[in-house]
Amino acid sequence: MTPDMLTARQAGLVLCEACGLLSRPAHREEPGYCPRCGEELTFRRHNAIQRTWALIIAAAICYLPANILPVMTTSTLGSVEEDTIISGVVLLYMTGSWHLALIVLIASVMIPLAKLIALAYLLITVQRGSIRRNRDRARLYRLVEFIGRWSMLDVFVATFVVALIQLQPLMAVLPGTGVLFFAAVVVLTIVAAESFDPRLIWDSSQGRLDQDD
Amino acid sequence: MAKSRERDPVTSLPENLIACPDCDLLQRIPSLRPGGKARCPRCGKVVAVHKPDSLDRTLALTVTAAIAFIVANVMPLMGLSAVGRTASTTIIGGAQEMWAQGERITALLVGFCVVVAPAVQIGFMLAVLLAVRRFPAPSWAGTLLRWSEIHQPWAMVEVMMLGVLVSLVKIAELAEVIPGIGMFAVGALIFLLAAMTVVFDPEEVWERVRWANSEGPRASASMDEAGGEEATR
Repeated sequence: MTPDMLTARQAGLVLCEACGLLSRPAHREEPGYCPRCGEELTFRRHNAIQRTWALIIAAAICYLPANILPVMTTSTLGSVEEDTIISGVVLLYMTGSWHLALIVLIASVMIPLAKLIALAYLLITVQRGSIRRNRDRARLYRLVEFIGRWSMLDVFVATFVVALIQLQPLMAVLPGTGVLFFAAVVVLTIVAAESFDPRLIWDSSQGRLDQDD
Repeated sequence: MAKSRERDPVTSLPENLIACPDCDLLQRIPSLRPGGKARCPRCGKVVAVHKPDSLDRTLALTVTAAIAFIVANVMPLMGLSAVGRTASTTIIGGAQEMWAQGERITALLVGFCVVVAPAVQIGFMLAVLLAVRRFPAPSWAGTLLRWSEIHQPWAMVEVMMLGVLVSLVKIAELAEVIPGIGMFAVGALIFLLAAMTVVFDPEEVWERVRWANSEGPRASASMDEAGGEEATR
């Protein structure tokens, strides 16, 4: 890394996260408000590490009931059938649309889990002051940010199946409690990704650079 | 690097100096060709894109998106017929049925992600683009732009579309499914929303907005506009 790698914070400058204006606050401790858009200025997002940990722990707790509890309950004359996310995937596979089964499996089961693992990995490496594979970790964070919304897929599937199959008394589909937990996982991981500050990934290598000077 | 400790927090800085939003590295933006991109040399984040004629192109797309959004919400999304009975649903009808079945929080979340968030994103963007046709634009244009951007990650029209397709396959074995006009409007809307984010350059709006501290915008912003090309000295 070259010595002219200077961050805005080291130069006493702060980037407004709302409008992207770079400005020089009068006081380092209290950067105050952006002169252009009036948003509060911070060098780093407030309590990013604690907030992100809290949110992913909450999401991990919800992940279990989301996968165990039924998301849909189908009642036909006399019989009641409960579907979890996994059994929904199996059902799609059995009826011949294996590519849709794969999409649902990836979006509903693998992406939320991968997001939790990825964010925990980023938090642990940041807290340990790691300076290795910074670029890969930055790329991982951007991927987590981009991909999170697709986990919402199963919530929409349940919503529209429930909305259409209301042919009482012949057949009706009711939403199960699993949907609520599943939606909670998706929302919590999206908010968790937003509360993490990717600049923290680079701060430890920057600190090392300062010591070398 | 300007080391001066002047009172003005901004004008002492070189105009093309920026900090990478993902790694905080200070860097200068080179002058870009139309369509050209600049990436952060350290973390690879795209830090600048020269988008020619951004405001007018985005306005055209936003107006079209608003029309597609209205059609998508008014017309039925899909219908089905089974054992001599028919049913159909609109987008909001899905959320309503969830509410009626007792899953109220999920219903509100679905309503927010497929109706409220896209409506705010499109509606506020439209207001911003109309407001910045005047120079300097009122500072509320900046506030609305911020609101539009906050809602963007929660506007999940394309995820909903995939969810609708999956539910169609699930239902197809139970009943005959008829795609509605709303479905085609949603398809158009997905394309238009994606095109809006590709074409839109928020910096062009911020350059025209009256500053919160009532000192800006800098006069050079209006000159950039007249010159068309990125001014490099």
